[in-house]
Amino acid sequence: MNKYLKAALGGVAALATSVALTTAAAAEEFKVGIVTFLSGGAAESFGVPAWNGGQLLIKMMNEGALPAPYDQKGFGGLEIAPLVIDEAGGATKQVQEFRNLVQRENVDAVLGYVSSGDCLAVPPVAEELKAFLILYDCGTPRVFEEASYNYVFRTAAHAAMDNISLAKYIQSRGIEVSSFAGVNQDYAWGQDSWADFVASMGHLMPDAEQKTALFPKIFAGQYGTEISAVMRARPALLHSSLWGGDLQAFMLQSTARGIHERMRIALAAGDHVIPQLGQKMPNGIILGARGVNGLAAKARGGELTDLLWDAYIKEYGVFPVQAPFRMWQGLLGLKTAVEKAMAANGGKKPNADELAAAMTGLSWEAPSGTITMALGGGHQAIQPNAIGVTKWDEGSGQMTLDDVEYYDAECVNPPDGVKAVDWIKAGFPGAKC
Amino acid sequence: MEKSPVLVAAVTLTGLIVLGFALPDWAQFLMTIALAKGLVSLGIVAGMRCGVVSFGQGLYFCLGAYTAGLMSRWTGVTDVFLLTFLSVIVAGGVGVIFGPLLSRYRGIFFAMLSLSLSMILFGALAKTTSLGGTDGVNVAAPTFAGYAPEGGALATALYLFIVTVTVIIGTVMRIVFDSQSGLVSLAVRSNELRVEYLGSSANGIVAVSYVIAAILGGVGGVVTALAIGHVDPEYAFWTTSGEFVFVAILAGYLSIPAVFVASIVLEVVRSFSNLYFPNTWQLVLGVFLLVVILVRPDGIGSIKLWRRRESAGAAEPSA
Repeated sequence: MNKYLKAALGGVAALATSVALTTAAAAEEFKVGIVTFLSGGAAESFGVPAWNGGQLLIKMMNEGALPAPYDQKGFGGLEIAPLVIDEAGGATKQVQEFRNLVQRENVDAVLGYVSSGDCLAVPPVAEELKAFLILYDCGTPRVFEEASYNYVFRTAAHAAMDNISLAKYIQSRGIEVSSFAGVNQDYAWGQDSWADFVASMGHLMPDAEQKTALFPKIFAGQYGTEISAVMRARPALLHSSLWGGDLQAFMLQSTARGIHERMRIALAAGDHVIPQLGQKMPNGIILGARGVNGLAAKARGGELTDLLWDAYIKEYGVFPVQAPFRMWQGLLGLKTAVEKAMAANGGKKPNADELAAAMTGLSWEAPSGTITMALGGGHQAIQPNAIGVTKWDEGSGQMTLDDVEYYDAECVNPPDGVKAVDWIKAGFPGAKC
Repeated sequence: MEKSPVLVAAVTLTGLIVLGFALPDWAQFLMTIALAKGLVSLGIVAGMRCGVVSFGQGLYFCLGAYTAGLMSRWTGVTDVFLLTFLSVIVAGGVGVIFGPLLSRYRGIFFAMLSLSLSMILFGALAKTTSLGGTDGVNVAAPTFAGYAPEGGALATALYLFIVTVTVIIGTVMRIVFDSQSGLVSLAVRSNELRVEYLGSSANGIVAVSYVIAAILGGVGGVVTALAIGHVDPEYAFWTTSGEFVFVAILAGYLSIPAVFVASIVLEVVRSFSNLYFPNTWQLVLGVFLLVVILVRPDGIGSIKLWRRRESAGAAEPSA
């Protein structure tokens, strides 16, 4: 009897100690819910590389291995405790999971969402729960153009700049474009990208004739018909915002038929398939990466960029494409905001209100350049962009980006209060290039 | 001993309301969604009783959801009772149009045809950029006959609404299932030819069950849209419809409470597997389904406890 009592007491004591320990540890932790695609069509190209980059950076931040101004351990001394959730499953599921993260797991902030649909569905819930939310990847301009939020921020530029920069690059390089055609996926991203590109071309190269615009369905994988139609239309330039497996399949199928020898190809977000395609990505493709990301960032260099670039290659055996760069700028923005809020509140862990106040209008340095929360009342970031041309380097056996043009953030992003589509239609008034 | 369905409903409703206040916020929300989706699956169960499985309940789920989303966007109507009524009209109306057409088909033909109808809606919505295209539109927070709660109160109000709706519909369905035509639908399942010889129209019974399923789909859609606060064409996608079939199969057609229990179980398993196995949660979900199908081929409604309640004519949406 006594023995059992002792064991029971011991058990209770151990339990109490462990509870005390976890609460003690929890007090010094900053819990971040990370939501990105770990399965499905967007996992290989966006979700998994982003989370790889995220894990790497969080580890380095917790060790205090970054150069100034990011040299404090974790977030201002708080250990970063990430909690990752798969974004697959649709907006309904993501709203539920977001509530679970906030109400069940008590995270201090959520950083996530690649899909534009999720980026539109989750913010109202964050607002309702007064939970601090960073959208780190998705492209749709609608998030802060149709609504305004107190607790929601997006640390990456929206998608309008991708196609504006692309059109500017084509014009500035004197590429002969008598006509152009497009192959874009039949969903919001593809439709918006094409509309932005057509509108931008209408201003910059009004003589270029718009030929066929094709919208294969997302994850189609087979593009024989589209390739034939484009070859028959004979445009001087082919625009595409395809991504992931779709872009890989399209490039493999179209280059086998020599499409790149008959017309120039401009890919709004094409950098992320280079590691998979390697030399199968032909030379001379005009390429964007939704920011100064991947190869364009490497070409410019910088202490932080080189450090993370080398660490990523060492850890994963492949160079970082655009997705990890957006994860990095989100995490570094969060770190800057937390540390700013802690400086203001005397070093306590900041709550959502303090975080939101610190993040509004914030500006910080990331491997992808200076990120400024300039739009949507200080809630939507603008960032510089870069466009270049692919060139296979025989010596190193690697793909490089040649003739890179860097665009200032204010050159390719609309000013605050102006909708992206209206800004393009008006001919980019107030652009600082 | 026969128990009055109304009495059982009252007891269940009280129990669920008390439970709602005891549950933490996230669990209360999970219950709201699970019960709303359970209603859609209950519609499929109504079809399963006549031997047809609709793979296209996403159609009505989506119609109900978009009715709520677009009414609040266009006309500013946010009253939950009015929105529910309107989506019943819309979903039921569409169900009345397609019901007689689909009732001439059985088995895989019925399933595929109903699926194709929902995919037509998906395709149309995905193409319509004025309705947000594939990204969908946000839904304004609902009001309750003039009462406009916010935050936690809103979640609780929606929970109470769905609990009440669920218990009322569950009770009505129990009465419908036990009525003459409800029992004939079981006969359609076993031997359609005999039903026709006995003077009943098998097609008519299938059509009626399809319209009932459409209405339930619309109600489930409207509540889900209001709780989530966002609608997109994914509501009509075949994977969404598949989920409802999944729950219906998990529950089996023997018991009404089993449908809602199955729906809750699915949401709980998914929620926790997503958290603890972020890379393999689909696998966990699949294994769970396989185990249930192997152990309980007639669904969890075939567990004895619920069968006894079934024969007693009870409607209790939760254990």
